[in-house]
Amino acid sequence: MAKINVDGKVFEVDPNNNLLQEILSQQVDLPYFCWHPAMGSVGSCRQCAIIEYANDEDQRGRQVMACMTVPREGARYSIEKAAGFRAQAIESIMINHPHDCPVCEEGGECHLQDMTVMSGHTYRRYDGMKKTHNNQYLGPFIGHEMNRCITCYRCVRYYNDYAGGTDFGPQASHDNTYFGRFQEGPLESEFSGNLAEVCPTGVFTDKVFSKHYSRKWDLQTSPSVCAACGVGCNINPGERYGTLRRVVNRFNDEVNGYFICDKGRFGTGYVNSSERITVCMSRDTHDGRPVQIEADTARAQLKAMAGSAIGIGSPRASLEANFALRELVGADNFHAGVSDAEFGLLNQVLDIYSNRPVNIANIRDIENSDCIVILGEDVTNTAARLALALRQSVRNLGKEMAAKLKFPNWQDAAIRQLAMDRKSPLYIVSPHSTRLDDVAKTVHIASAADAARIGFAIANALDNSAPAVSDLSVDEKTLVDQIVADLKAARQPLVVSGTSLLEPALLNAAANIATALANGESRCNLALAVPEANSLGLMMLMQGSGNTLGKALGSGSKQAIVLENDLYRRAPARAVDSFLGGLDKLAVLDTLQNRTGEAANLVLPAGTFAESSGTFVNYEGRAQYFYSTFPAKAPILSSAKWLTEGKKTEEILAEVAASLPGGAILNKLTPGADFNFAGMRAPRQHHRYSGRTAMRANISVHEPKQEQDEDGIMNYSMEGVPPLKDATVFSSPWAPGWNSNQSLFKFETKVGGPLKQASHGVRLLDNSGAANTWYDATVTKASGDGFSVFPVYHLFGSEELTSRSPAIGEKATAAYVALNPADADKLGLAASDGVQVQHNGAVPVLLRNSIQPGTVGIPVGLDGLNFQDMTANVSLEKARDWQSPKGWRAANIIVSDRSMKKGEAN
Amino acid sequence: MNGPKLPLTKNIEIGRAPFTLAQYQAAGGYVSVTKALAMEPKAVREQVKDSGLGGRGGAGFNTGLKWSFVPEPDGGPRYLVVNGDEMEPGTFKDRLLMEYDPHLLVEGVITSSIAIQASQAYIFLRGEYKAAEKALQQAIKEAYEAGFLGKNIQGSNFSLDLCLHTSAGRYICGEETALINALEGKRANPRFKPPFPQVSGLWGRPTVVNNVETICNVPGIISYGVEWFKSLGINGQTGTRISGVSGRVKNPGCWEMPVGTTFRTLFEDFAGGMLDGYEMKAFLPGGGSTDFLLPEHLDLPMIPGDVAKAGSRLGTSLIMVLDDKTCPIGCIENLMKFFAHESCGWCTPCRDGLPWTEHMMHKLETGTGSMEDIERLEEMTRYMAPGNTFCALAPGAAEPLQSGLKHFRDEFIEHVQHGCKYKQH
Amino acid sequence: MSNIIASTAPKARALTPEEIHEIEHEKTHYPYAQAVGLEALKIVQKYQGWVSDESLLAVAEYLDLAPDELEGVATFFNMIFRRPVGRHVIQFCDSVACWMLGCDSLKGHITSTLGIEYGETTADNMFTLIPVPCLGDCDKAPVLQVGDVVYRNLTPEKIDQIIADLRAQA
Ligand SMILES: Cc1cc2nc3c(=O)[nH]c(=O)nc-3n(C[C@H](O)[C@H](O)[C@H](O)COP(=O)(O)O)c2cc1C
Ligand code: SF4
Ligand code: FES
Repeated sequence: MAKINVDGKVFEVDPNNNLLQEILSQQVDLPYFCWHPAMGSVGSCRQCAIIEYANDEDQRGRQVMACMTVPREGARYSIEKAAGFRAQAIESIMINHPHDCPVCEEGGECHLQDMTVMSGHTYRRYDGMKKTHNNQYLGPFIGHEMNRCITCYRCVRYYNDYAGGTDFGPQASHDNTYFGRFQEGPLESEFSGNLAEVCPTGVFTDKVFSKHYSRKWDLQTSPSVCAACGVGCNINPGERYGTLRRVVNRFNDEVNGYFICDKGRFGTGYVNSSERITVCMSRDTHDGRPVQIEADTARAQLKAMAGSAIGIGSPRASLEANFALRELVGADNFHAGVSDAEFGLLNQVLDIYSNRPVNIANIRDIENSDCIVILGEDVTNTAARLALALRQSVRNLGKEMAAKLKFPNWQDAAIRQLAMDRKSPLYIVSPHSTRLDDVAKTVHIASAADAARIGFAIANALDNSAPAVSDLSVDEKTLVDQIVADLKAARQPLVVSGTSLLEPALLNAAANIATALANGESRCNLALAVPEANSLGLMMLMQGSGNTLGKALGSGSKQAIVLENDLYRRAPARAVDSFLGGLDKLAVLDTLQNRTGEAANLVLPAGTFAESSGTFVNYEGRAQYFYSTFPAKAPILSSAKWLTEGKKTEEILAEVAASLPGGAILNKLTPGADFNFAGMRAPRQHHRYSGRTAMRANISVHEPKQEQDEDGIMNYSMEGVPPLKDATVFSSPWAPGWNSNQSLFKFETKVGGPLKQASHGVRLLDNSGAANTWYDATVTKASGDGFSVFPVYHLFGSEELTSRSPAIGEKATAAYVALNPADADKLGLAASDGVQVQHNGAVPVLLRNSIQPGTVGIPVGLDGLNFQDMTANVSLEKARDWQSPKGWRAANIIVSDRSMKKGEAN
Repeated sequence: MNGPKLPLTKNIEIGRAPFTLAQYQAAGGYVSVTKALAMEPKAVREQVKDSGLGGRGGAGFNTGLKWSFVPEPDGGPRYLVVNGDEMEPGTFKDRLLMEYDPHLLVEGVITSSIAIQASQAYIFLRGEYKAAEKALQQAIKEAYEAGFLGKNIQGSNFSLDLCLHTSAGRYICGEETALINALEGKRANPRFKPPFPQVSGLWGRPTVVNNVETICNVPGIISYGVEWFKSLGINGQTGTRISGVSGRVKNPGCWEMPVGTTFRTLFEDFAGGMLDGYEMKAFLPGGGSTDFLLPEHLDLPMIPGDVAKAGSRLGTSLIMVLDDKTCPIGCIENLMKFFAHESCGWCTPCRDGLPWTEHMMHKLETGTGSMEDIERLEEMTRYMAPGNTFCALAPGAAEPLQSGLKHFRDEFIEHVQHGCKYKQH
Repeated sequence: MSNIIASTAPKARALTPEEIHEIEHEKTHYPYAQAVGLEALKIVQKYQGWVSDESLLAVAEYLDLAPDELEGVATFFNMIFRRPVGRHVIQFCDSVACWMLGCDSLKGHITSTLGIEYGETTADNMFTLIPVPCLGDCDKAPVLQVGDVVYRNLTPEKIDQIIADLRAQA
């Protein structure tokens, strides 16, 4: 630590960080633009000027940019004395700015506005012409308004340098510098949405939000958790007039840091969908028309099913909802609503995490890893946020090189320059090329089974007590040797795998490698991707029960309650049909209409994550609580409340805590309903929330009573104490003078550090006592005629709910079959042809060189083909009278596979 | 002390084709290579340092000292980059050296590379310099054929490749770190220092960037020795340098002369003074990014320290004379337009401050300026002061402006009151 | 909307054998493809006169560089032409030494003779006029450059002659 004096105040600061960051960490205001906590310093905007004094005698000092300055022990600095320069800087930065705040989406949460005010620029003296630019169409997610640009270069530093995008960049120069694409068109990065948050002004905006816009202070927001995958990124959704308007990142240094993926940000449109189930319905027979019924009637009917019905839970429903169903039907009758394959895999993940000496990797662990082996998982498409972290991990070699030369770690450009293309080793073993290939040292294309064999061989080579595999090919052996050498040399290795390829051996192999690398206290990082927001939470509630979905389908039960689940996505259609056909009574609680719901006798409208509170357990076994953002419109209710006759969510959570071994820690998740700030609750609405008395004036001039939230400690109103410095219930960051998301540092213990008093969530799995034991190196090789099938995932389209959001729909494609061109040749298929997949209908063919001959990639969840109906091997033939389906756009698939851009695809 | 009096230009005769390798060798060329190969690299560096050779690119930093910051070899590549981007307004000396005696530069590159143990050298040549390109290409080819370049030079263990890189334009490419980016095929924004190029330069490897004329001085120092080099200078200086004059003088041009020569000698003896009917109002001592000096400063020796004391910079030591019939406001406007356009667009004061400055100068020149504009121009010079911007471009641009505001304040005011009185060019 | 764009988007053209040959030669000088990118643009321009979208894409594809990155470079440097130019590109020095010796009126002379402003090309595609920073010939100001040739100590008469000569060359 170094002691420094800033305008007479003495601070203890970390000399490893730059002066700007440390000053902000002290909660002192100092304007800036180009610096970003996750991206380091480049010193281009010159807004963070500060005077540095050589010694006590020095009265004049020297002006430096705080972001490019190492805090010196004993040094004196003045922010005040550089105010004149900062005022000049902001004045000149603004000369070309259109001053269009009233019509700009950034207005009211604009870092440029804040800095302009803070730097004291109030009067415009420039009387010349302004530069103007053309804007580009950048796809369904991001708007472009270049005239607002202040040339801070944050967009390219984020999009290209940080997120690895290549379809965007700076053009031209001097005051004509332009940030855009070579040709207009959709941005390709899966993380493009962060541009809207990274841009300090209104150049890059959330286009979905713009379509139905509201000022930040008019949005009702809450601390929430993304429901779109198993990573569990923290988010702040915002609502107005009963519709969900947008999602922004909510900082959690252990889960998602400053960034989320585009599925999470733009995938919540389904909340406002016209396909929402909004009323309770009953239907006498399977063929009968549904009739609307009263909520009380519906609740009574549901309750009456207890005792005779089986329950089917859901990996996308909260822990509380699943628990409530389990309680209602009894644990013996409660079944996991995941495919049988997934059931086994998820149990395996729990077993590995609980009983193997590994470090379950959070995002920081991933970013700090310096040798990475990815076994089988297409992380970008199954757990996107982790892929962005993996992109950072490969920079560690360069950072080490820089550290040896004593470059400060925040010197972003210098470190990149020094490293050039030298990266920490990242190995990918996968059945097809993936989006991370460009940062990989080696990409090895192999089936899931072969990937597992390679994994076992690595573990065995690291520790010969681990089971060996025989019959490795020469190539495989070379690869194994290379990986082992790099793993041994690593300071912090990481193994990444997951359930998506439905291969149990893959998980075992990953676990064996991590176990082999564990060495007493220092454990190997292991990250296993799981499919859905609460996959692990659901399996924890199963508590070892063997109640698979298959068992439910074959149970012969006459009554069933299905919780937030479309069974057709979990099991072959034939099995589901026969199960549903055999039921006398089916109750469904869900948010959107789906095939399972169509067969229900009783339909209860369930609240989405935005209208319910609850807990999800993410891929690390981390439980995180999400607060509803706005009240559900009656009779919509959170599933947990339907199933418990309106118990408070915290009460149910407390019951879960009591029922799960080691679950007591769950009680720490929320401050509890009785908690308060000076006797008051926390508001979801900003203190400047406007129009409350007028917003319903077209209906009645009487302001209705604000909805009450009987859960938790937050109000659906602006009344209460905003947690200004306390981020426990952090609905959206704001601090005096800091209207933009840059106010975040006021809530952090230090820049980039944990939020003050906020919950990171709690880790439910404890493997502290685990010892080295091995999984068998058994790999069952698929055999049989025809093409062997492997699943392919799409960030946009594979997930059930988000794919029904309009913006995601624009990015998603219809189903297809991915084949090696040689196989296509044999089948007489041209790139524009369709292919008949056994009895499952015809879909377009997609030719990919990276797919091994004899194998076929089948997308999961896309319209046109149901992966659950696939057998391990399928026969293919050319479709007759082929016409490409409407949603088919090969161009969109390219987005998830960079190597296809180079001519691999048709 | 044997050795030529004018080592940089002894082989140059305007109008005659440059020396071939054979002619150049006959005139004592490539001796420094053989000598340096027989020396410890460190000794070569020491000699250059002791000679007092200062960089001729504008900043005047001791060349040997600059070289000494290169870390010990680690087996990886190291680079020497010659800065032949000459685009400073009013500067035309490197063109002369490269067009008329390319072998001198090639020899300098080889000897300097030995000193810093570079394995690859690049000459970064201004794209418009087509004649220089041709001459250098020929010289490099000959040097390869004669075994002065390539593997195991002259039978030694030392190998060096030399590539002539022609730039795709932009003044900022002359800034050494921007030059490195341009050479890497990137946008030519400068890089932050530290790290200095000597530690992490081209492709993250140790790199030395030197001006053409600087490198052309190295063969002499090694061939004829430090004492000889020291004997060349006057007024306590060492070596020679090329200085020149442009503007309305009788005999514009550039000439090699001892370092330490006065401006007056250059202006009167070499350039023949002003054309008849014109008087000198002021002069820019070393390119467009230096402060105006006045006729009273003509007796100053062209020594960086002395010029600094008079409130300017020696820069490239090619002076531009502003005569009494040319509008100083228009002159400064022209310079501001140049710098505003040549700004790379990376940092705010330069990118946005210079166009605003140009705008105000334009207003003044066209008779629509105000007293506030003059005040604001004063502010601008402080805004773009050294340390406030990312590189030296904008502070350089501020120099003619701030000195203009000082020396020609009356004319600024007159422009506000009556518009420009000078006849249009 | 995205489909419309896709259908009108430019496609890479095939590089000529000469272009490929020269690009391959440049590769030997630089350890990274990125450095060759800028060189390749210059090569393409040498043969084609300018760098069209199709050419830029071709270079990007050939060197495995992102077109966006190459575009950022191509638009930064003033000697890469991203729009078609005439047969002769008149690079007219308008920096300070030339200005002091009257280049403004000479530029006016060119403009009125050819009927083009900076950045424009004559209707017959013969001349394009662009300004160039100080050409390093200040002792012989005013100057301009066309191709490899520098024309010095310009006067209106000399300019007329230069234009006539260049026309005759065609
Ligand atoms: C905007 C700018 C332009 C420059 N242009 C040139 C140039 O054209 N030629 C040159 O030799 N140095 C130029 N320099 C100086 C170089 O940055 C660098 O100091 C020089 O090449 C070092 O060589 P030296 O030590 O031999 O003088 C320029 C500097 C700046 C800031
Ligand atoms: S001062 Fe700034 S904008 Fe100007 S050339 Fe240097 S880095 Fe670029
Ligand atoms: S934040 Fe320091 S220069 Fe931009």
